Formats: sequence, C-alpha cells, structure tokens
Amino acid sequence: MNKSIIFHIIGWILNFEAGFMVLPLIVSIIYKEQSGLAFLIAIGLCLLFGIPLSLIKPKSNHFNAKEGFISVALGWIVLSLFGALPFFISREIPSYIDALFEIVSGFTTTGSSILSDVEALSYCMLFWRSFSHWIGGMGVLVFILSILPLAGGENIHFMRAESPGPSVEKLVPRIKSSSKMLYTIYFGMTLLMIALLLLGKMPLFDTLTLTFGTAGTGGFSIRNSGLANYTYYQQTVITIFMFLFGVNFNFYYLILLRKFKTAFQSEEVRWYFIIFSGAIVLISLNTGGLRGFFSSIHHAAFQVSSIMTTTGYSTLDYNQWPTFSKTILVLLMFIGACAGSTGGGIKVSRIVILFKSIGKELSYLLHKRSIKILKFEGKKIQHETMRSINIYFVTYAFIYIASLLIVSLDNFDFTSTFTAIAATINNVGPGLDAVGPTGNFGCFSALSTLVMTFDMLIGRLEIFPILLLFTPDTWKK
Amino acid sequence: MKILIVGCGKVGSTLAEELDREGHDIIVIDNKASAIDYITDTLDVIGIEGNGASYHILLEAGIETADLLIAVTNSDELNLLCCLFAKKASNCNTIARVRNPQYNAEINFIREEMGLSMTINPELEAANEMFQLIRLPSAIKIDTFADGRVELLKFQIPKNSVLDGMKIMSMNRELKSKILVCAVERGDQVFIPSGTFLLKASDKISFIAAPKIASEFFLHIGITSNHIKNALLIGGGTLAVYLTSKLLANGIKVKIMEQNLDRCNELSEMFPEALIINANASDNNILAEEGVQDMDAFASLTNLDEENILLSLYANKVSNAKIFTKITRLAYEDIIEEMPLGIIVNPKIITADRIIQHVRAMSNQKGSNVETLYKIVGNKVEALEFRVKSNSACVGVPLEKLELKPNLLVSCINRQGKIIIPNGQDTIQPGDTVIIVTTNTGLNDLSDILL
Repeated sequence: MNKSIIFHIIGWILNFEAGFMVLPLIVSIIYKEQSGLAFLIAIGLCLLFGIPLSLIKPKSNHFNAKEGFISVALGWIVLSLFGALPFFISREIPSYIDALFEIVSGFTTTGSSILSDVEALSYCMLFWRSFSHWIGGMGVLVFILSILPLAGGENIHFMRAESPGPSVEKLVPRIKSSSKMLYTIYFGMTLLMIALLLLGKMPLFDTLTLTFGTAGTGGFSIRNSGLANYTYYQQTVITIFMFLFGVNFNFYYLILLRKFKTAFQSEEVRWYFIIFSGAIVLISLNTGGLRGFFSSIHHAAFQVSSIMTTTGYSTLDYNQWPTFSKTILVLLMFIGACAGSTGGGIKVSRIVILFKSIGKELSYLLHKRSIKILKFEGKKIQHETMRSINIYFVTYAFIYIASLLIVSLDNFDFTSTFTAIAATINNVGPGLDAVGPTGNFGCFSALSTLVMTFDMLIGRLEIFPILLLFTPDTWKK
Repeated sequence: MKILIVGCGKVGSTLAEELDREGHDIIVIDNKASAIDYITDTLDVIGIEGNGASYHILLEAGIETADLLIAVTNSDELNLLCCLFAKKASNCNTIARVRNPQYNAEINFIREEMGLSMTINPELEAANEMFQLIRLPSAIKIDTFADGRVELLKFQIPKNSVLDGMKIMSMNRELKSKILVCAVERGDQVFIPSGTFLLKASDKISFIAAPKIASEFFLHIGITSNHIKNALLIGGGTLAVYLTSKLLANGIKVKIMEQNLDRCNELSEMFPEALIINANASDNNILAEEGVQDMDAFASLTNLDEENILLSLYANKVSNAKIFTKITRLAYEDIIEEMPLGIIVNPKIITADRIIQHVRAMSNQKGSNVETLYKIVGNKVEALEFRVKSNSACVGVPLEKLELKPNLLVSCINRQGKIIIPNGQDTIQPGDTVIIVTTNTGLNDLSDILL
C-alpha cells in the first residue's frame, strides 16, 4: 500500500483545517471573546502535525481505490479529532467525547447536538459548529483536490470515496476543474442565499450560520427554539434552499451549460421532486386541522424539506404531529436527498434503482427465461452498480441493527432509540421524542455517543471507507 | 484543447495518456464498459460507454465544443463514420485510423472528400520507419525535422571505435563532419553533453545532421555502412507487404516466409520479384536452409509476439543481420528491452506517436508554436522544432549570450532550407525554425528556453 501518499493527504487535510479555523478566530476577535484562544491553540496543533506530514513526499504517485478509501476515512477521522479541540480546550463542551460527537455531527452535516442550551456557547464556537457543515457538505478532499497540484487520473479514487451516491462521475474531464466547478456552484448558491436572507433583514451572524447549515444540509441552529422565531419569509427562503442543496449538483452544471432539457430529464431529480411534493401534500392534509391551511402547508414544506435533505432544522415541535405525519418524516430520513448533493440518507437514486430491481425479480419469477435490462437516467444499470447498491443496503441494515442494540442499553423508549440511530446514520439531526426538535443527544451514555459518532461518519462516507479501515486485511502486506 | 478519442484499445489509451499529460481535456468513447472503467480509474479523463459513430453519443460527449476527434477503433469503416458525423456536428478536426490497403490506395480521395485532417495507417507507418533504418543500418532510430532536411539519429558506439574516449568538442575537428551530439544515454542515465563530455563505448548517442552528412559521419568513424542488400521477412501480413514494396523499389532482395499457402499465392502475385517461401519459420532447420545466417536484415513480423521474440533471438545468435522484432502487446517492456531483439517495431505505438505529433502541430496554431516534437529517450529527453516569431526575445542575440535553461541545447537552425549547426556566434532570426534538445519537458514557446 502506498502509505506515503495517505500521510501526505492527511497532512494537507490538517493544514487546510488550520486554515478553516482562522474564520472562527476572526469571529472571536470581532466579538472580543476569550474562547478565541482555543482556536489559536488548535490551529497550532493542526499545523504541528499537518506540516511535517504534508512534507512527506509520496514515494510514488500511483495509488488505487484502496488508498483512496483509506485516505478519505482516516482523513475524516483526523479532521474530526482535531476539529473537536476548540470545544474541549475552551471547556465550553467539557467532555472530549461530547465535543467529538458535536464536531462529527458538524462535518458529516448531521446537526445532532449534545447541547441542551445552545445559546450558552460563545459566538466563535457557534460559528465553527455551523461552518463545519459547510466544509463537510461538499467534502474536504474535493476542496483540496480543486486547489492542490495533485495531478493524475487516480485522484478520482478520492472523489469516489468522499462523494455520496452509487456512481460518482466527473462533470468535466479534469478532476481539478470538476471539483472547482462543484465548489463554484456551491459557493454561488451559498452567496445567493446569504443575499436573500439579508434582504429579509436577518442579522448577519444568524444569516451566515444558518446558510452554512443549509448549504451543507447540516442543521445546527444557534437558538434553543430552532428556527421557530424567524419570519415566514426567512423560513421560506431556507425551505427553498434546503430543497435546492438536496438536488444532484450535476443538475446545476447542466443548467449552467443551458442544457435545460437534459437537466429536467434527470430521473433522480424528478423522483426527488415527486417524493418531496407527495410528502408535503400528505402531511398538510394530515396536520391541516391543527393550524390554518397555509400555515400547515408552510410548516409541512419546511419540515419535509429539512428532513428529506437531511438538514434537520425545525420550525415547530413535530413530536406533536399525528403518527402518520411523523412516520412519513421517519421514512424521508431513510430516503434522503439526491446522490451528488450535500445531503445524506440512502439517496433517492439508490431507492429508485432498488424499486426497479424488485420489478425485475418479479418478472423473473413469472417468466424464468425473461431478460430485463434495467435503466436509470436512460442508461443501463451495470451489474457492478446493482451489486454495490444491494450490498450497501444490506450492510446499512446490519449496522443499523447493531447500533440499535447497543444504544438500547441506555433504556430509552423505542421511538427515541430508533430515531436517534436514524437521525445520525442518515445525517439528519433530530429524531423523535427524546431526540426530537426540542430534545438533544446529551442524555446518552458515552458508549452510545461513540456508536452514534461512528454512525454519522459511516453515513456521510457511505459505509465502506470506514469499514475498510477496520478490516485487518487492509493493513496486511 | 478538448479532444474526443473513439476507441480505447492500445492506441486510444496511449493517446489518452499522452494528451492528458500535455494538458488537453480528454473524453474517451468505447463500447466496452470494462475498457472505459479502467481508463477512467487511471487517467484524468471522462469515459462514455457507447458507439462512437452514434450522433447521440457524440453529442453526449460534447462534440459541439470539441476541437478534435480521433477515431482509432479496430474498424476502418466505423472510424470514418465517426469522423464524418463529427465533422457534420461541429466542424472540428478529425483524425481516423484507416489500415485497409484497399482504402489506403485511395486515401487522398477519402481524406479530401470527408474533410479529414489526417489519416493514419499503422502498418504503413511502421514499414516507413523500418525502411528508414534499413537504409541507414548503423542507426537504431531516425527522426526527421524540417521536412526531411535534418535528421535526428541514434546509434550505439561500438567497442574499439574512434569515438571511445573522445571529447565532444574535438569530434568535428578530428572527424571532419559537422554533426551535433545532443543526448547521450549511458545505462539508466541521460546526459545533454557539453563540449568536454567524454564519450565511451556502448553509449547510445543521438545526434543531429543533414542526411548526407550523417552517412559520411558513419564512414568517418569507421562503421563501413554494410549496405543492406537482402532481407528475410517472417510473416506475410500487411506490414510485410508495405515493407516489401519499399525494399524492392530500392533494389533490396526480399525473401518472405509465410505459412499460409493462400496468402503465399497472393504475395507472389503482388511481388513477382520477391521470393515467397511457404513454411513455418518456427522450425530452425528451415530458417537455416533459407540462409538466415547470410542475411543483412531479418524481420519477425508474425502476429505472435512470443514467436517473433524467439525468432529474433535465434537470428541474433546465428547471423550478423540487422534485426527487427514486431511486438504488438506491451507488457514486461523492461525485460524485452534487455533482450538482443534489435529494433522493436510496435505499429500501435508508432501510430500513437504520429497522432500526437499531429495534435502538437495543431495546438501550435492555437498558441504553442511547436512544429515537431520527438521523444529521444523515453519521456526524459525531447527534441522540439520551433518556428521563430519576430517578437521573440531570442532573436538577434548570439547564442553564447542567451541565458539558457540548464540541460538545453540549441542544436540546429533551419534558415529557408539552409541547415546551420550553430556555434556560439550564430543568431536566431525571425522565420527560422530552430531545433531544441532538452530534458525540460513541456516547452510551449521558443522563449521558454530562456531562464
């Protein structure tokens, strides 16, 4: 295995993390906060390890999928271990395990929090928490790839390991231009959202943090009441942008190329829209009696948008909703957003392909000799893709069950336990009951907190990079 | 440039690799998913699975904005069809591989009617290259610049040669021929030699000279150009046909050994002057019977790499002939390199090289002004021909006053057909073409030679 290139990459991840931490440091200077010192120390530590590692010259520039997976998995773990330092050093989150949970929740764009009183945090910590969503949303490696001169086609292995979805493809031939393009779209949409929120007279700090949370589909809010106390306009802007950030970014690239027809023909985006609107209609009808007609549509749209894109903001406590609506929300958690977006979950494309394969199996049972080629986005689904989706789904289920068993030791009610796992492994944020919009994850034992931290990473990196890391064979010669 | 490559076999992937390294945006089309998967895993390119002659697929690959389409699938007709559609869709430049000798006879008509920028025939190119080396048998490689007025030759210094232990600066005086040594390979190392460089036996030297002077040079250093008078070709495929017609036209006797009787009849009909032998060459008795030991040139051109290697090893053992070995697959290159197989002929690699040269000439119209580019030693040393523009910083300054990059040599100036092997007082003038030899790869403009 080409270990030198893995170290080199991890070194760069740390250097970039140090760079990212400069922003909250600036925030602390603006608000004259003592906690800024924690960032200074953390930056120092990042560079202390990062610079020597990044100076390791890769012995060879050749590497395979294996190195790609390992670098990404290790990279994210290291990113999180160091990212948790500011919380811990400043004692604003006194337990390191809790701090780690919080920052993993940030980078993986989950948005689950162990904090019962968010408003007690200093501004720079709030900023760092939300900014981690923005960094993790599009991916750290993708960002580094767009900047570092790491030439070579094999870099696609990094991109594949980090970007969500069953088959990761480049937008343009050069991986560097491709990641630049992704970040340009990401950055552009972020700016647009900031502008729209500022127009709606939202304070700058709220605008920035909420936009970071929306763009990365993260969901950390900076108030204990979530997003309940913002205006209708502001909530609507956030609803729309949550939806937009859950769309496959290929769609925007095609729009930029003015290939509108191809863009709107995207099967995944269509299904995403259909599921999205269906859920809103059903929930509005189901909750219509509680509030006025428009109000119920507004809140249904916000919650559906938030849960389906796995953002996790809330404008109300949906624990009060009827069971039918809550069940739909839980289902949406599993479906998730589009592949190639910043959202989590199983992904619409996988769900659609799995459904299609059921049709194929039925046809096979009826006509044993029938041959049926499944198509997705107008293309034949390769056997390899189908296999990897099936295995993904099964592995996902096993990990889910294992986590459920461990966390159930804490003896919470079943709904809380079940949705706590659903909210973390799908990178959603809040679940139901104890871990609902008004609750938090602070009450779990250290073991459960670690398990859920692990689940968030598994969910963000789509299982296999992390699993490979713990496979003994990976490390044998 | 944005380049579409249709066909992802050996030629296609070699092209993708080279052109990707030179900074072009590459999109590869092939109907084999596995080939596409492999190339997108290893190179920074986009792969599209499908039929490259389909208009729909071409659009998906972005033909509208492409600068060039290169069609190198196994089928001539498919290649031509791709180029035709590409031309209609976007008016981009097109290159097609056409190898059928029948089409080759009317290639000019095809090229013009279809508006192709270039057609390439791998076997014909390989035959041309082999013929060059048979004409000047002391060289192991010959490339040409300035429309053939300058040659870049590579040869290995034999034991007990006058060159053994000679300094480069004393060569021209002692040997009375104006040549310029521009690269020396010694084992794994490559040098761009200065005047004080000491040559040794078994160094491979590359030098620049006009064709006539090159043959004089070989005479001066005592390599009495054992003119090749006869050649034995094993295998009567297309490459053998092209080569035979060239050899016969130059008065060289040709013997072709082919095991298929029908093919023998065809060959005999085509080349009444040649001696066609219907036999399996893997029997060394038959080879001996046909006088392999007395041949001046021996070429194993069958379709089996392994058989070619064996035959050439045998010929090397029993004769003093100049040996050519056709190898189609390229695996274990370093091992093959070590064997005494003479000159390795790989039509696919030659094809890829020619196309790359053409692409460079094209991008030359789009900014870079490289006219021709050859790789002298693998990817380590390049010889580039530049056209000099009047605003270049190098114009009018005596060469010794130019601050050149290290490991770089201005080795030849072509002034309206007059070839100048320059010394320190010579200057570069607008309108010249200049040949630069260097280990600094990636030069795009003449001014890049300056520090």
